[in-house]
Parts: sequence; structure tokens; C-alpha cells
Amino acid sequence: MDKNTALRDARLEIEEFNYAYADTLDRFDVDSWVEYFTEDALYHVIARDNEESGLPLGLIYCEGKAMMKDRAYALLNTEMFAPRYLHLSITNTRALKIEGDLIDAAANYTLIETLVEEPSRVQQVGKYRDIFKRTPNGLLLQERKCVFDSVMIDNCLVFPV
Amino acid sequence: MDGDSIIRDTDGRQPRAWPEDETLIPDWIYTDQDTYDRELEKIFLGRHWNYVGLDCEVPEPGNYFRSYVGPLPVVVTRDMDGEVHVFENRCAHRGVEFCREYRGSADSFICPYHNWTYNLQGDLTAVPFRRGVKGHGGMPKDFDMAERGLRKFHVATRGGVIFASACDDMESIEDYLGPVICPEFDATFDGGEMKLLGVHRNILPANWKLYQENLKDPYHATLLHTYLTTFGLFVSSNESNIPTDKYGRHGGLLSRRPDGRPDVSSEDAENMQAFKKTMELNDPRVLDFVREFDSKWSGSVLTIFPTLTALRQTNILNTRLLVPRGPNEFMMIWTVFGRAEDDEEMVRHRLRQNNIFGPAGFLGIEDNEALKFLQDGLRKSLPRDGLALLGDDDEPTDTIITERAIRGMYRYYRDVMGF
Repeated sequence: MDKNTALRDARLEIEEFNYAYADTLDRFDVDSWVEYFTEDALYHVIARDNEESGLPLGLIYCEGKAMMKDRAYALLNTEMFAPRYLHLSITNTRALKIEGDLIDAAANYTLIETLVEEPSRVQQVGKYRDIFKRTPNGLLLQERKCVFDSVMIDNCLVFPV
Repeated sequence: MDGDSIIRDTDGRQPRAWPEDETLIPDWIYTDQDTYDRELEKIFLGRHWNYVGLDCEVPEPGNYFRSYVGPLPVVVTRDMDGEVHVFENRCAHRGVEFCREYRGSADSFICPYHNWTYNLQGDLTAVPFRRGVKGHGGMPKDFDMAERGLRKFHVATRGGVIFASACDDMESIEDYLGPVICPEFDATFDGGEMKLLGVHRNILPANWKLYQENLKDPYHATLLHTYLTTFGLFVSSNESNIPTDKYGRHGGLLSRRPDGRPDVSSEDAENMQAFKKTMELNDPRVLDFVREFDSKWSGSVLTIFPTLTALRQTNILNTRLLVPRGPNEFMMIWTVFGRAEDDEEMVRHRLRQNNIFGPAGFLGIEDNEALKFLQDGLRKSLPRDGLALLGDDDEPTDTIITERAIRGMYRYYRDVMGF
């Protein structure tokens, strides 16, 4: 298979992955969200100004699936926040490079949140910088770095993107 | 300015008055535009030191960042001699907010509209076509560049923290903080070199004072926040202290976490819905405590009037600047830092632990949501007074089920505002 065909196939596969991922989060199913990652994955949500200034602070920074599980547990069992609808769109998906069982990829994402008796609003817009890993259980995220343009956060980000 | 005129109700209603009873806080101080305007004059431009940022945000000569004094946009710079300056982010010509970058490095600022140029001290250094063209136009002959610089604030730093004031005869930061709070401030800002890890920004649809109240309110801390209670960061069974300065304007929530899980009585546990006795973390590294400060307190939240909160919780270090944007909204700028000597693992430890705070943090989500709900109540409902009844004003400062520090802040606030 030539390189371009392989990248196109990978993109289709990643698009399927991202659509399922978005649907999982739209349903607040953060327990299942954790299962999109490898055990030692890095999940990092970082403001674009920090990223571009070389500052490492994350809005969310999970080293490994265990930390993601702890966030999922807190969201479902202990955190206090207003009821809401979530609408995560993932577009412009690209497979950039394939090396062994790893695929570098990127996509744009937009999270629209709707609160009770409030108009829908953009909570976060950004880009994923992804490393996917091919495993016996299909593609999993080895790393998802979410670099968001919407540096000024509207109150708070409750669910992951 | 005549105090009576600014609080006069322009719709012909009765003048706003503060209740005699000090346990009552009237709604209008959180929603009223006249009160908000008066805060600019009496508080932010008054006899106060306003926190604007940290030394580690301008580590090199020529570095600058955007900040605020109260609601007013300012630029904080470090000049080529290493001095820190704070001046208005508003061109002296037509008023353009000229500095548009979060942070950067420059040797001058040029207003993009008519190219008036300022140096890193905020002095005006160049005006294009000052003499006009072919002998016509241009500035009046008596135009004096020295008089047309940017509005500058007095600057003081302590322990790497930068403050600005419009007041010409301000006391030292040490005297401003006072003998009770200054040692706690120095315990966190101990002179060790800080390293900037990053900045969070969020808009909170609430009055700025509610955030200071929130961090003077140990009652909510034991009730709203599972992470504080369950893992012993701030819980009824901890050794704690809630000091305030003599005016009541600055305060602290100080707490010493136990080794291991907190030993909470079953009676206290019943009262705390947020307390989850059996909750275990899959990755307990988040709570690891690397001892690094010479302080008995593992958790220290300082509320420094008017708009600084400084947090040292386990190994999380941050400052929060509250930037009022009208009575019903403020911006928060969270500046998160570590120490210059941190190795890579220590930086990662701090990054992991910072999941607890910030606008997506386990506490941050809850505080921001609670304050939004509170402002909704203040804004939309029939006016009334809020209650701050808990505890006594003369009780020992290790009492934690108390609203003493909130009452103290409003005693000071009323005095300064003339209410």
C-alpha cells in the first residue's frame, strides 16, 4: 500500500474513532471515555497562549488512565455543577504520519454547551494533537493534547473535550 | 465626591442603606452600578496596594504582560535596568488600549493608531509629525512630551509579588499586610526564585467581592468540596486557623493536613455531604506532599484586599487576580508557578496536582458554579440581605464553622466606601 493510501485509510479510521469519542462525551459517559486511551496515555488540555509561550500548565493534565478514571469518578459522583447539554464536534481530521503501530494525527474540535434557560454557547474551540496506537483492541489514544484557542474560559470547563 | 449622591437611587426609591445588624449584607453591593463606580475611586484608586502579577512573569529586561488595577487595563514591564513598572494600557493621545498581547518582549510600545511611542517606563518618546508638514499643522509649540506620558502607578514588590497603587503616600507592603498576615504571606513568598508554569483565565458571572468572601468562608470549604474534605486538605478535624488583619480586609484560611486520611468524627461526617469516607484514588500521586516551605500549614489561602488571593495547597502554588468587569461579572487570572530549582519530576508533580484547582479543577468547577448560582439569586430575585451569622467575632481564630472573616471584610468595606 502506498503512503497516501495508508494515510487516507488511517484518517477514515480516526474519523470513526473521533465520532464515537464525541458521542461518548455528549452522553456524559466519562467512564467509557477513559477506555479510548492506552494505560499510560497522556491527556492534556492546554490554553493556546501557554502552549505557544512554552508554559506547561494544563487546564486538565492526566498522566495515565488512572488519573482519567479519577476525574471520571469525580464528575459522576462528587462534583457539583449545573445541568447542561454537551455538543462536541470533531472536524478537519488528518492522519499526518504512520510509524510502526503509531499514527500522528490532528483534528479541530468545538464544544458547545447549553445550560438551563441560557442560549447555547461555545465553551471551547481548539485543536487535537494526537498520537494513536494500533492495539489488538483497535486504535487507542496514546496521547491527546487539546490546545484551545478560547483562552478566556466561560466560568468553568466541567467535562473533558 | 459627595458620598450621598453616588448611592442615591436615581429612580426616586429610598437611598440604599446598610442594615444596622452586622450579620446582614445587603444585595445591592453586588449588583449596583453606582456602587461599582464608587469602588473604582475608593478602593482600586484609593489607599490600597493592588496585586498585578509576579516577578517571574517578567524575568528578563524588556519583558511585559497585560494586567489590571481593579478594572483598569495596565501593562507591567521590566525595563533595561531591571526595574518593574506599571502603567495604564491606554494611549495618552486618544485612549487606545495599545498593548494587545498576553505577554511578550519589547523595547518600546507604539500605539497602532497614530504611532505615539512609549518606553518601558511609560514615558512618551516620539510623536509623528510633531512639527506638522511644511510648517503647517503639528503639535502646539508648548507641547511637552514629559507631561504626556502614560498614567503610572507606584510599584512595590515583596517576595516576588508585584503590587501597584495610585496613592502617592502608600505605606510599605509589610505595613499594608500587617503583623498577622505578613508572616503568612512571607511563608509562601519566601524569596525563593519562582518559575512560571502558566496562566488560566476565566470569566465568572458574579460580583468580584463574592470571590474574596468565598475564600474567607471556611464553612463552605468543609461542605462543598469533596477533595478538600475526603483527602484531608481542609476538613473539620484538621488543625486550622482563620487569621485576619486588624482592619478585617486581609485574611487567611490556614490548615494542616494529617498524614494519611483525616480522622473525621461520625457526627462531622454526617454533616458533610461532600465527605466520601470510602473514596479511593486510582492515582494517589495527585495528593503527594513534597515538603518545601518553612510553615506548619500545608494549606494557606490568603485573601489580600482588594483583588489578590494567594494559594499554597500541598505543592500547588498560585495567585488569582480578580478583575471586575461591571457589577455582575469579573475575570480571574490564575498565575500558577513552581520554584526555579524544580526538577522535571517536581514540575510534573505540580502539573498533576493542579488538576485540583483552576477553571477545570475539582474545586474550581464547584466554586465557580456556586458563585454563578449566587449572583443569579442576587440579580434576579426580590432584594433582601444575605446572612453571615455563623460564629462570634471574638471567638478564637481556630474556629472554622464561622463567617467572622466575611463580616470583618465588610466592616472595612463600609468604612472605605462611606456606607
